[in-house]
Amino acid sequence: MKKTTSPAAFPKADIGHEMKGADAVVQCLIRENVDVIFAYPGGASQELHQALARTDKIRVILPRHEQGGSFAAEGYARATGRVGVCMATSGPGATNLVSAIADAYMDSTPLVAITGQVYQQYIGKTAFQETDIYGITLPIVKHSYLITNVHDLPRIFKDAFHIARSGRPGPVIIDIPKDVQQAKFQPVFPLTVEFRNPYIGQEHHATDAQLQEVLGLIAAAQKPVLYVGGGIISAEAHKELKAFAEKTNVPVATTLMGVGAFPEMHTLSMQWFGMHGSAYGNWAVDQSDLLLCFGARFDDRITGDVSKFAAHAKIVHIDIDTSEHNKNKRVQYPICSDIKYALTRLNELGARFTPPDTTPWHTQIAQWKRAHPFSYEPSKHIQPQEAVAALYELTKGDAIITTGVGQHQMWAAQFYRFQEPRRYISSLGLGAMGYGYPAAMGAKVAFPDKQVIDIDGDGSFMMNIQELATCHIEKIAAKAMILNNQHLGMVMQWEDRFYGSVRGNTILGDQSNVGSPDNPAGLYPDFVKIAEGFGVKGRRVLKKRELKEAIQEMLDHDGPYVLDVIVPYTEHVIPMIPAGKTVKEMLLK
Amino acid sequence: MRHTISVLVENKFGVLARVAGMFSGRGFNIDSLNVAPTHDATLSRITAVLKGDDHALDLCIKQLRKLINVVEVIDFAEGAAVTRELLLVKVKADSHTRPEILQIKDIFRAKIVHLSHDYLVIECTGEDDKVSAFLGLIEPFGIIELSRSGRLALKR
Repeated sequence: MKKTTSPAAFPKADIGHEMKGADAVVQCLIRENVDVIFAYPGGASQELHQALARTDKIRVILPRHEQGGSFAAEGYARATGRVGVCMATSGPGATNLVSAIADAYMDSTPLVAITGQVYQQYIGKTAFQETDIYGITLPIVKHSYLITNVHDLPRIFKDAFHIARSGRPGPVIIDIPKDVQQAKFQPVFPLTVEFRNPYIGQEHHATDAQLQEVLGLIAAAQKPVLYVGGGIISAEAHKELKAFAEKTNVPVATTLMGVGAFPEMHTLSMQWFGMHGSAYGNWAVDQSDLLLCFGARFDDRITGDVSKFAAHAKIVHIDIDTSEHNKNKRVQYPICSDIKYALTRLNELGARFTPPDTTPWHTQIAQWKRAHPFSYEPSKHIQPQEAVAALYELTKGDAIITTGVGQHQMWAAQFYRFQEPRRYISSLGLGAMGYGYPAAMGAKVAFPDKQVIDIDGDGSFMMNIQELATCHIEKIAAKAMILNNQHLGMVMQWEDRFYGSVRGNTILGDQSNVGSPDNPAGLYPDFVKIAEGFGVKGRRVLKKRELKEAIQEMLDHDGPYVLDVIVPYTEHVIPMIPAGKTVKEMLLK
Repeated sequence: MRHTISVLVENKFGVLARVAGMFSGRGFNIDSLNVAPTHDATLSRITAVLKGDDHALDLCIKQLRKLINVVEVIDFAEGAAVTRELLLVKVKADSHTRPEILQIKDIFRAKIVHLSHDYLVIECTGEDDKVSAFLGLIEPFGIIELSRSGRLALKR
């Protein structure tokens, strides 16, 4: 079985002139249309950096920490749909990539991570900066390679990029010993890939009979709901989804991974559901009699108590990854298919489909929406939700938003409205703090003409704050709006709800003098001064009346920017379905 | 339930670790495991016998099929495969006990592969319960050490 997923710029297998392994790596990257790589050098990857210095076709960005570089590669991948590429040296360089690799695995992000390795003669000898990164990453990669023979190098790169981007995307690592980088050889660059595993090369297409059955179920349903996830975005199937939802008149709730897969201002949209998702989305899914799950995986943050999830519904689960079927939730109709194909075909088969009269259902949902929108209590201080809403207003909803992990991540998804896919970029499966700013950096590299803003928390932002240096030096105008409450807000919220408000290491400043809008003297650290040290413009906002003007200043600035918005720590993310509980136990205040 | 899983894989390094990791990462205990090349030197067959919840194992098999270097996965239901195991056992044997051991050996169609004045090495093949029964009878004579291949299986 032969196939290729890369652009046909190089129509036939090509024999190169004699070159070093490191130069062949660069040639392979160019052939895969890689235009940027986030790479931190070291002894075992120096040859690769030297080879990159000999080409002007690839922009090499030096992050200030390998974790920042790898999250940036993910941000680039999530914003564009293309494969993100990061590189590090052996040992500590490689281990610093592990969080991003795990994140890409959880969120199905196409990522190729290249690591230098010590000379093969030193492997297994506990040599300086030697770690078995191949072994360390085995459970969190889609696939991995250790190149032992330079002649395998072009084939491995071709395969790696195909694997990373095809089917359900994911991370692939390529570990290259220094002697392989230095070896001279005449490379043969293949055009196609070939796998002996029949599953990998297969096109996964639902049958017409399966899809007709789905249409039949919709025709008979009184309370249908579309539950759609990141698969729609990976498959670039959002247009087909919109046409399908409109044709069948089925309301849509997305997962957080699926935010933007369906326009949130659409009348059929119930925004996103799950632990902190919309009350109406959760109620609708709970009461549905037909749940159409497309490109999602019944994650515990979506289902709560899985045995009671959508208990009265017939469930259709279309996913390209058949190992997701019946994994978390037993369903009656598992269908293995590329979702873009399935939706396209559903739209064709349903060309004359007349949706059943589900007016009472739509009326019910509309009433829930009116009664329980995402909301917050106004305060004399800037509320964190208010800051997100103001950003939404001033950017006219047209920015790419990245986030760290915690309360701000949920508020960003609740109060910014996303009309398009690839606009909400966040570490959702792994929940890796420190993701936001480097991801914004990666997205901004891909889209220099778009506003890219990291909505972050003061805890998360601190975890990769060093990337301000990268953005300053590389002139990447990624911006950060910190919702600074001086606490690890989400953990604190759980303390307040379930642990009697006992603070277990959730205060980020001086515990005897906790900063707040009422106590600016206690605020710690001074993010504006830190930014200044990096040569980055920053501003702190304490007063409500300054908020919009300060956001506008951030938006108008043509370089990176840190906007430190001081908010009270007393806010909780609401609604909330406590972990492992059901919709009936949803907290609405 | 006990399952026999046969996994045909590309003969590349790291493949066994990936397959074994798929079991261990989900808390399956492997009862036996055998790996060797097939008639096609680029392919190896892994035969694993394991106990586990049927649903969990079903998921595990689906995930095995996604591994790039895996070519085929078969979960043999009881009776669907021809199975054999090879045992090598070193057992104490002096002039008094030797005749009885040889008698047992004959009944089980086992073979003596090494003989010395105070012990024997016996080779026994068969389905694993036969091998276990043979071991049960030999044990009282004093087993010095033993090695079992684990179950091998081919579709009937």
